[in-house]
Amino acid sequence: MDVRLKYRVVKSKLVQVLIIMLAFTITLPLLLIIIYIFKEGITEINWAFLTQIPKPVGEAGGGIANALAGSLIIVFTASVISVPIGIMGGIYFSENKNCWLSNWGQISVDVLQGVPSIVVGIVIYFWIVKPLGGFSAFSGSIALAIMMLPIIIRSTEETLKLIPSSLKEAGFALGIPYHRVILKIILPCGLSGILSGVLLSIARIAGETAPLLFTAFGNPYFSTDISKPMQSLPLLVFNYATSPYEDWHKLAWGAALILLFTVLLLNIITKLTTKKWNVQF
Amino acid sequence: MERPVLTSKKLNAYFGSVHAVKNVNIEISANNILAIMGPSGCGKTTFLRCINRLHELTPGATSNGKILLHDKNIYDMHPVFARLKIGMVFQRPNPFPNLNIFDNVIAGYKLNGLKLNKVNKERIVEDSLTKAALWKEVKDSLHKKGTFLSGGQQQRLCIARAIAMEPEVLLLDEPTSALDPVSTASIEELLHELKKNLTIIVVTHNMQQAARISDRTAFFYMGALIEYDNTKNIFTSPKDTRTQNYITGRFS
Repeated sequence: MDVRLKYRVVKSKLVQVLIIMLAFTITLPLLLIIIYIFKEGITEINWAFLTQIPKPVGEAGGGIANALAGSLIIVFTASVISVPIGIMGGIYFSENKNCWLSNWGQISVDVLQGVPSIVVGIVIYFWIVKPLGGFSAFSGSIALAIMMLPIIIRSTEETLKLIPSSLKEAGFALGIPYHRVILKIILPCGLSGILSGVLLSIARIAGETAPLLFTAFGNPYFSTDISKPMQSLPLLVFNYATSPYEDWHKLAWGAALILLFTVLLLNIITKLTTKKWNVQF
Repeated sequence: MERPVLTSKKLNAYFGSVHAVKNVNIEISANNILAIMGPSGCGKTTFLRCINRLHELTPGATSNGKILLHDKNIYDMHPVFARLKIGMVFQRPNPFPNLNIFDNVIAGYKLNGLKLNKVNKERIVEDSLTKAALWKEVKDSLHKKGTFLSGGQQQRLCIARAIAMEPEVLLLDEPTSALDPVSTASIEELLHELKKNLTIIVVTHNMQQAARISDRTAFFYMGALIEYDNTKNIFTSPKDTRTQNYITGRFS
């Protein structure tokens, strides 16, 4: 009996060690990537890097101000398009569980989530860029908005499904009409989940390159006109890292670090808002 | 007998093809407490939910017949108007978790978009919480979330929220079944006070509770109203053998 007990204790310890090692292995690639990009990129980052546009080949210095502004504008426009549609779609799916439109809609959302980003880019190229006669930041925003939609719809739907129906009934019993029950009770209770879905979707698309190749295209100059081609961080990294010039490689490393940092920050903010706005039932 | 506040005439309710409430006729007079008792699944909660038209919100649920509030059929009204006149308290306390205690009490006004000035707001909150016997316990923490209260306090908050709308009828669906004996006693006392201004219908599993608090008692069985009389008569000399069997504990 005693021997068997000892054997079990040892076995338990071994499995525990194994699990801890595996958990560490999961975080290892992320740590390595962060450390490597930090090492390569941190020497580039200074005030001029953030406020100047790239210099022509051969001139030292220059920055990524055009890409920063471009990314901000493109992602913001994409959010303006997809957040309202996504939240309303999520509400529809969580409120209507068993009708054919809801079933088809949910399948479509799942499939949309699996569509490769390059395909979204090409489709938008044929639908928007060609008819409008040229690359534009706006078409890039639409491509990114399509990538954001399934994430926002799913997270809204899942959040709202968890809200107890007793709260809805409490609202109805007070004589509150349906639309107000949704707007004033269900949405505020699900706010943290919806918000975290929106932030995660932004973090997800901030680094997308493929849909922007055929749409926003890139621009070596500073532009805030969304009907014209515009630079963005992932495009800058892609173009400059594949160029043969050492100066541009350095710029790409710096831009990659900024991009990585932004995505990390968004994820951390998501965690914090989820905690702060969470409603206890 | 004075004219009844609430009358149900040939009321039938269904879940799909299941006939949950069968041809119920009942008259309830003002400032009375009616207790509805019966075994699980006998249709008493469904009947209650027909009265403020919550029943029809369940997918597949239908009903026919009449429910008259004074002499107006609530099935001819917009459900929102019916629910403003007929308040409801549920089995489990369900204060709005995103609102503080103050806003929970005036939720019926606030969430309906009815504007109140500050004086009226404070008057309604204090009045309702006082009537719900909760004012003394929470008057210094009105800004805290309603969900921080204990279960019994939350249920009294829900009662305050319902009576803040000044309904004519208050429906309670097993309001004490999730509560401890002390909270239960305080809510029973509260109902006695409230019936001065209200007509109350309470569904209960607990026969002692029905006997303690109600003026009249209805016994439901298999969706039908078996017997409806003064509470005293039901418990001392029931006419139907099924009622007798139920109150003597022969089936539950």
